[in-house]
Amino acid sequence: MGLFILRRVGIMLLTALCLTFLVFFLTNLYPNLEKLAKTQGNFRMSDEQVESFLEKGGYLQPTPIKYGEWLGVLPSYRHTNEDGTVQGRCILPGKTAEESPNFCGILQGYWGYSTVFKEEVSTVVGNRLALTGRLMFWVMLLMVPSALILGILAGMKEGSATDRTLSTFAITTTATPEYVSGVIFIAIFTSSAVGLKWFKGTATQAMENPTFENFFLPVLTIALYGMGYIARMTRASMTEVMTAQYIRTARLKGVSFPNIVMKHALRNALIAPFTVIMLQFPWLLNGVVIVETLFNYKGFGWALVQAAGNNDIQLLLAISVVSVFVVLVTQLISDIGYVYLNPRIRIS
Amino acid sequence: MEPLTWTGSIAFLNPLLAIALALMVISILAWILASIILPEPQMTVNPDGTLTSGSGVRNLIQTVLRFSFLASVGLGVAYIVLGVLMGTSAGIIGAMSQQFLPVWLSLVLLYAMSIAFKRKLGLYGKLFDSPIGMIGFGLVMFWVFTGIFGALDLIVTHDPLSQVSGMKNKVPGTPLPSIEDGEYAWYLLGGDNLARDVFSRMVKGAWIVVQIAPLATMFAFMVGITLGLPAGYYGARLDTLLSFLANLILAFPVILLFYLLVTPEIVATGVPNYMAAILFIFPIIFLGVLLNSRYYTRPTFRTPLLIGVLGVALWLYLSLISTNGYIVNTDNYSIWGLPTYLDLFDVPGGILVVFVSVVFVNSPTVFRIVRGLAMDIKTRDYVAAAQTRGEGPWYIMLWEILPNARGPLIVDFCLRIGYTTILLGTLGFFGLGLPPESPDWGSTINEGRKLLSIYLHPALPPALALLSLVLGLNLLADGLREESLKD
Repeated sequence: MGLFILRRVGIMLLTALCLTFLVFFLTNLYPNLEKLAKTQGNFRMSDEQVESFLEKGGYLQPTPIKYGEWLGVLPSYRHTNEDGTVQGRCILPGKTAEESPNFCGILQGYWGYSTVFKEEVSTVVGNRLALTGRLMFWVMLLMVPSALILGILAGMKEGSATDRTLSTFAITTTATPEYVSGVIFIAIFTSSAVGLKWFKGTATQAMENPTFENFFLPVLTIALYGMGYIARMTRASMTEVMTAQYIRTARLKGVSFPNIVMKHALRNALIAPFTVIMLQFPWLLNGVVIVETLFNYKGFGWALVQAAGNNDIQLLLAISVVSVFVVLVTQLISDIGYVYLNPRIRIS
Repeated sequence: MEPLTWTGSIAFLNPLLAIALALMVISILAWILASIILPEPQMTVNPDGTLTSGSGVRNLIQTVLRFSFLASVGLGVAYIVLGVLMGTSAGIIGAMSQQFLPVWLSLVLLYAMSIAFKRKLGLYGKLFDSPIGMIGFGLVMFWVFTGIFGALDLIVTHDPLSQVSGMKNKVPGTPLPSIEDGEYAWYLLGGDNLARDVFSRMVKGAWIVVQIAPLATMFAFMVGITLGLPAGYYGARLDTLLSFLANLILAFPVILLFYLLVTPEIVATGVPNYMAAILFIFPIIFLGVLLNSRYYTRPTFRTPLLIGVLGVALWLYLSLISTNGYIVNTDNYSIWGLPTYLDLFDVPGGILVVFVSVVFVNSPTVFRIVRGLAMDIKTRDYVAAAQTRGEGPWYIMLWEILPNARGPLIVDFCLRIGYTTILLGTLGFFGLGLPPESPDWGSTINEGRKLLSIYLHPALPPALALLSLVLGLNLLADGLREESLKD
């Protein structure tokens, strides 16, 4: 087991390295750098001005070297200006070249400086992640129990009225992407045209003071899309368990139906949904980006859109590291959890 | 011109429909409640050996449900039929039904033909045994026909890009201020914030989805199959390497990938053209290996066949990836492609990059599915028999394993078209790839959402259209799964 986890962590690191290099490569293509220069300086810069801006920032070195600097395995680039001052990635505003370290990459704990938010990337990501974390917490709290209940109710008796109705509901929610359900919810519950006005159409206020009124719709929108899928998986696993031999034995012994479901079936039926829920995290990340844009909730997904739209290289890299980390860790947890929950499977 | 109301002179149907729908909802709820509360129907054996089932309440509820469902469907059809006959005097619904007339005719024809010959049509025919599958197929074909006829300008009432002054954000059914000859007199679903016709834009948007989604999914399947079969069949190093690459792409959040790939800056570097050149070669490899592995024992037949098929495929491939005589054309350098006079069609840069990135995102998942299926099927006896016969590995993969994996693959194909539709919508929603005035559903939703709290009509039609198409594909996949499991 220890070796298995060790190997998985190794693969994880390799994947993260490859992915960040890919992001690095794509964001450092010349047209993207030109865009960065123009958004930083002004949009009327001539080609020579763009060139000198990029030269000063050290953007014109070969990509592997820049990547090494970002990682913190190569000394970072310094540019001596005409007036003799030295500027560079490691030299923060208000510091001189002598007191700044030579290496400053993520290995040293320095994530860079966001060109969009004019803040250190680590603060930006930390703040935004906290906001998104709150959103995700409520999404999980709403999605997981309701999906499991739906799936179990539907899977208890295959082909029953409850099963058909709930399955249709589950299919409908999986067919409704967030930008469709969000728009429909906003139209029905917040617009003055329908006139219900039960909720707020934006979640901007929810960043400081989340209430049911301004926070429920974004949570519901994300939860609904993931819910159908988990419910269908739970239903499939539940129907499989309900046809197992030991359930029949229990029935023949005369155990009551609620008892069979609660004591015999449920624990076995919940193994498969566990992995599904874990693997759902990457999908939720997509939902978060869409919903945060739709409801104007300035969290992690919103920061991703801002960073990508303005080619904020450092922030984009940090965001991809975080999201890749989330994806890979949830994969690892789902694998380990599956083995832990299901004694029939052992890793050879 | 008078503004149109929703139902016009067939408004007498509205209360009837409301009653039928209310009855249906009540009976569904009662059905669920009954199945929980009431005991299972007891079977009693009569002295003469026949069975009688009790529990009249359940039967009653089911009968009510069936009749209320039939009544709702019948009323829905009545709206459409009356609408087709009466046109604008039956309100917006009537006018729209009349515009959709070619679609209704094709659907009726298709269903009549399919049901008449369903025993001779294999899996497709069996689809018409399952109500769920039929409903799903109907929804999908509705949008397919809408897309095709919309592209032929049969359904649209106005040009989707032209603006009519005075029609900005007008509600559904508003007449145009001044009507020229031959022009349709109303904006059936209102005008958007640039005074364009929402109805026509929705119909034109269907064509974009119907064009791109199935084709992109097919390319993703070709890539996934060509790489997944050897990975599953050979296993070992090849499998490890390819699986690592697939997981690499899957670990990327899709939207981040789109933001990195589908920007004008990236298009300017030519990266999408390289990706297109690599991804689109897989179908050619697939075709070549498929035919070669089958006919290599008969070189006299195989060689001309391969030359013919691969020649056409290569020509299509080169026309697809080269634009204006270049494969890659950036400011600094360019790679020559097919000369313009041989180029069959040009794909606009925006569409190409959207297409490539959707294929790129979908293929690793297909790869994983195919790999899993191949690993499972290669342990079967018929594969061992083929190996003993001395068949080559590619013959076994493509002619023994692949046909036996078709069930799950067809089901996944339907689901994946739906997912691709969602991805296209996502791209449009973030304004990536397609030009901003493009009538695709994602872009229209994105534009409409900005004024959503005041005007609902620009955003809701494309949203509901996308919802119904994806729902149709999911139901179709469900029906296919059910029917293919029955064998």
